[in-house]
Amino acid sequence: MTAPVQAPAPTDGAPPPAGPRRRGRLVPYWLLLPGLLWLLVFFALPLVYQASTSVQTGSLEEGYEVTWHVATYGEALGDYWPQFLRSVLYAGAATAGCLLLGYPLAYLIAFRAGRWRNLILVLVIAPFFTSFLIRTLAWKTILADGGPVVGALNALHVLDVTNWLGATDGDRVLATPLAVVCGLTYNFLPFMVLPLYTSLERIDPRLHEAAGDLYARPSTTFRKVTFPLSMPGVVSGTLLTFIPAAGDYVNADLLGSTDTRMVGNVIQTQFLRILDYPTAAALSFLLMAAILLMVTFYIRKAGTEDLV
Amino acid sequence: MTDTSGDVRLTGISKRYGSFTAVHPLDLTVPQGSFYALLGASGCGKTTTLRMIAGLEEPSTGTVCLGEQDVTALPPYKRPVNTVFQSYALFPHLDIFENVAFGLRRRGIKSVKKQVGEMLDLVQLGEQARKKPHQLSGGQQQRVAVARALINHPKVLLLDEPLGALDLKLRRQMQLELKRIQTEVGITFVHVTHDQEEAMTMADTVAVMNGGRVEQQGAPAELYENPRTTFVANFLGTSNFIAAEVHSVSGDDVVLTAGDGKLVLPRNRCAAATGPGGKVLAGVRPEKISLAHADDAGTVPDGRNRLTGRIAAASFLGVSTQYVIDSPVCAAFEVYAQNVERDPRLTPGAEVVLHWNPAHTFGLDAGQDVEAGIEKVEEDA
Repeated sequence: MTAPVQAPAPTDGAPPPAGPRRRGRLVPYWLLLPGLLWLLVFFALPLVYQASTSVQTGSLEEGYEVTWHVATYGEALGDYWPQFLRSVLYAGAATAGCLLLGYPLAYLIAFRAGRWRNLILVLVIAPFFTSFLIRTLAWKTILADGGPVVGALNALHVLDVTNWLGATDGDRVLATPLAVVCGLTYNFLPFMVLPLYTSLERIDPRLHEAAGDLYARPSTTFRKVTFPLSMPGVVSGTLLTFIPAAGDYVNADLLGSTDTRMVGNVIQTQFLRILDYPTAAALSFLLMAAILLMVTFYIRKAGTEDLV
Repeated sequence: MTDTSGDVRLTGISKRYGSFTAVHPLDLTVPQGSFYALLGASGCGKTTTLRMIAGLEEPSTGTVCLGEQDVTALPPYKRPVNTVFQSYALFPHLDIFENVAFGLRRRGIKSVKKQVGEMLDLVQLGEQARKKPHQLSGGQQQRVAVARALINHPKVLLLDEPLGALDLKLRRQMQLELKRIQTEVGITFVHVTHDQEEAMTMADTVAVMNGGRVEQQGAPAELYENPRTTFVANFLGTSNFIAAEVHSVSGDDVVLTAGDGKLVLPRNRCAAATGPGGKVLAGVRPEKISLAHADDAGTVPDGRNRLTGRIAAASFLGVSTQYVIDSPVCAAFEVYAQNVERDPRLTPGAEVVLHWNPAHTFGLDAGQDVEAGIEKVEEDA
């Protein structure tokens, strides 16, 4: 910053040229304006509209009216709490899966890939070149009954374990919770890998050397240095995975069954098929509130403000 | 005391990266308790050598021994050595206390509080224990790095340009500080630096490295007074070289002819062959030379080496004046004269006689590059 030099008081009494200075101070607000307008029109206004919808009563034929019928929230929660629970459970499982698969991959890209680094990064992003829908549909084929994946899982007795957990059903994988979680994990994996990679890549490799020099074996170095330093990436990666996964309905729709419906599916059905707008809006708000609550709690727990 | 457990012995150690040889097979012994400096320009292999002692780099050939123990195959975390890294490499997520305690905790020591406290007091950082590294200044971070390494009582402490990131004043202060700590704890220090002044102030023994080889090692004064290569002569301080030819050998002296004059140098300070007609580079340090105005040539005592020349430039530096003198036998001859009694006639253009005690002359093999080891402009000061 250039500190303004205190000029000697003008002797001729001319006012200081305040014009350019004031305009300079306003520049940040001008720069914010387009974004703010966009958010106002496409985020804030719809939110207000949704909020009002959620407290309306009426029917499609007679029209809806704001009657401050807050009971819709209670009814929605009472009717659909299993779907809520399922959303949290599936999103949680998918987030854990993404972390387990994504961390080693991000670690490899950041520290071991050498000249292959950029290629692997492109490969991580490559699925985005195809539509989300197509990719999810492809999993239908992958997990098809009697297909090689199911056969292999059966032969390895993995299905026995998942059956016991209630995640699969007999020798079927498709249309089970496992299939939905697999789809979610697959679809959100890049959102986990990229933030993890960014935070791992920022770690000075000399810190690893320093830890080794100070008697830390490689596993200890990972536990005491690498992992703590990658926490910002872990936190943002899990959030970027969990939040959209909790609201997702495509995976449950395409890979699941009526027993695996998540809250996103309920909202979709209420809006588009049953046309019960107040319930759908109330569910949306409940989901938002639940996610907000969980995220706040999580960030408090993970304590990212202590990290670099 | 003949404790050798802190000796560092490198035997035939070398490091190749593909076709590039960073360190040529090298034998080095650093005695227990000494302050040893590896000095050289960047890329001379000094840091690679240090990293091989630390175990951070695997030698292509040769062995590393600490005392009687061959540690060549041991990973870094099993070696009784600790390193102070160039950029300190402090753990940014841990506070100063935990940074210093890191090594102790890894070795399963539970009660670290007293030791860490004492160590932080030694480096005068007791008050900063609960701060994070980024809240400290460069000098303080450097002291944390030293404390973090020393607390483990390593057999050898390795320092990789530890003062490179500090400004000049702080660097001077830390040089003395490190020297004090080393004397206090009596641990073997191996210090890598490109700063010849730093190496000479701190180390008992300096090894000058060039192109992956040790050119010469010895006590700082010994290296300075008796360089055996032009690289060492130029890298440590400044030297003037006169291309000369051996005229004769009389007793302990070698008589050389340079231009139409004669120069004498002690035979034991001549690193070149002394057969008559042999080519020799006669070297002399700028501060050993006295200047007399040509009008006073008669006052120069007999028995001194003398040359004539004309002052090309003079720069006043306060304690001394630096002259550059054009002489028939050596262009750009440098002379540093203490400002005790300045002769006002010694200004650019004046004809002068340069003279010095023959004992201060050293002779080098003439087959070398006279410019070797002269630091280029891009070298950071």
